[in-house]
Amino acid sequence: MTASAAILDDVGSQPAVDDSFFSLQAVSKSYGDSWNRTEVLSGVNLGISEGEFVAIVGFSGSGKTTLVSLMGGLIEPDSGSILLGGAPVQGPGPDRGIVFQNYSLLPWLNVRDNVALAVDEIFSDWSASDRENQVRRFVEMVNLGEAMEKYPAELSGGMRQRVSVARALATNPKILLLDEPLSALDALTRATLQDEIERIWEEDRKTVLLITNDVDEAILLADRIIPLSPGPRATLGPSFPVRLERPRDRKAINHDPEFKKVRNMVTQYLMDAAASVRSQTYTAPVSLPDVQPADLSAPRISIVR
Amino acid sequence: MSTRARVIRGFEFAGLDLFVPFIRLFSGENPREQVATIVRTFGTPLVAIAVFLCAWSAIAASIETSIGAVPGPVAVWEEAKNLVAEHRQERQKEAEFYVRMEKLKEQYAAQGRPWKDRKYSGKPTYFDQIWTSLETVFAGFIIASLVAVPVGILCGLSPTFYAAVNPLIQVFKPVSPLAWLPIVMILVSGLYTSENPMFEKSFISSAVTVALCSLWPTLVNTALGVAAVDRDYLNVARVLKLSWWRTVTKIVIPSSLPLIFTGLRLSLGVGWMVLIAAEMLAQNPGLGKFVWDMFQNGSSQTLAQIMVAVATIGIIGFLLDRMMISLQRLVSYDAAAV
Repeated sequence: MTASAAILDDVGSQPAVDDSFFSLQAVSKSYGDSWNRTEVLSGVNLGISEGEFVAIVGFSGSGKTTLVSLMGGLIEPDSGSILLGGAPVQGPGPDRGIVFQNYSLLPWLNVRDNVALAVDEIFSDWSASDRENQVRRFVEMVNLGEAMEKYPAELSGGMRQRVSVARALATNPKILLLDEPLSALDALTRATLQDEIERIWEEDRKTVLLITNDVDEAILLADRIIPLSPGPRATLGPSFPVRLERPRDRKAINHDPEFKKVRNMVTQYLMDAAASVRSQTYTAPVSLPDVQPADLSAPRISIVR
Repeated sequence: MSTRARVIRGFEFAGLDLFVPFIRLFSGENPREQVATIVRTFGTPLVAIAVFLCAWSAIAASIETSIGAVPGPVAVWEEAKNLVAEHRQERQKEAEFYVRMEKLKEQYAAQGRPWKDRKYSGKPTYFDQIWTSLETVFAGFIIASLVAVPVGILCGLSPTFYAAVNPLIQVFKPVSPLAWLPIVMILVSGLYTSENPMFEKSFISSAVTVALCSLWPTLVNTALGVAAVDRDYLNVARVLKLSWWRTVTKIVIPSSLPLIFTGLRLSLGVGWMVLIAAEMLAQNPGLGKFVWDMFQNGSSQTLAQIMVAVATIGIIGFLLDRMMISLQRLVSYDAAAV
């Protein structure tokens, strides 16, 4: 533990939760009935300031999607509270725009109408032309102005995810929740979209919470990285600030000592957390059957005449 | 998109996929493959039809009934031509009747006598009967859809409502049109007592019977489609805080349209099948009544005429199905996935 303790000296031990813009306080969530109960998230504390870009990094199956569903209000926590701008959140709402992992575009609507569905609902008191401009502005912001009339089935995965981002941003949410938005994309598209997300964030400095399993992606985009220890009973670790100048160039930062340091710290923390979970889990020794490989050089009796 | 691609899209949309290889062939796209496709999709069915006609012809000649030999394909074809000729004759007579009436009207006017318009009252021709049948089936189909789609949506939205009506659905679904018809006829003659009726009672009885028998596939498929709406789409609605009504109209219905249309297509097929039986008993002047009248006739042409009717019923049923497939493609967003 000495190595990670030394690393931990460098970072804020626990995130401040009091006067944050968006905060989770001792949030827990279990699944299953009383007989077979699994606590997925346990005592999660989190505080995000306005305009901050925070990344939560965790392994698959550590409860990342449960966490984002809780923040989005799609599911209710068993205990603890979630506050946005000081007020507790009640159910889902347009103040927390969610970009889902699987895009969740409506396949019977084209790009324009997918975004317009959200804009028309949230800004129903605007004039038709204002709403149309809002749709156009955000579709163009994600560089899809040419694809306005296309249907989701005609778009690539990366383009679909851009539409999803445009839809979430166009409703002007107070915070944008990105639930592994790039995990279904190939490496090249992924890199392009990472740059795009950074550019968009630079443009309007929205409060963003990114959930990802990619440490590099988190470092490239976020102001602060918080690892999620592997579940069950997953919880958030200490936060690791990323002190890299923006805009960040993905090629240049690869050699940046700060990048390497943060990367090592986060990875080390996650590995240690995983190891401690594994050591707590009892695994029965597997007894292997005592078999010897057949001796093929021995003379064989043919049964085929 | 090139013109050729557009034409092919259009043909596919119209349900004429069969003809796509011809377009490809004429535009010189991989001729060998196109010819092979054409031989498979046209050649083999044509051979099968030829074999069927030969077998029919051979077997028919060897069966003797009380009203003569069973007609072969040639006799049936002759009868079909007779029915067309009869139709033309009747139309001509009708036209002549109205010309006479027009002249008579002028005479009356000249003599200052009052004139009352009279309608031609010739017997309905085969084509009139086909038209009546189509009107009846669509009337029944529309009634069925107006009931089945909303009820199906409610069933899909509310498991409680579905649990409540499911036993009724299961019990009424297998009831034969022949059992419904007498009830419907009695109810119609009891309830529909207008001095100057807009529709014939036989028409309403047949249409309602068609509706009663054909609403089930639409109801069940709609319920299924609505219940199976992707959770992600509903989450989108929840995040946007769409009202119940907007969630249903903007998310639930569009997402279940493909299955609703599958149900409608099955319903129209069932309706067309039920219609013939209903018309026979209700004496609605459509194809069913035609078959029944020919059967009562017992002339030497009876069998051939009924066979023409059978072929007509089959072909119209096929065309209705193609029509519904095209509609289904129009609303099916999955079809856009290339």
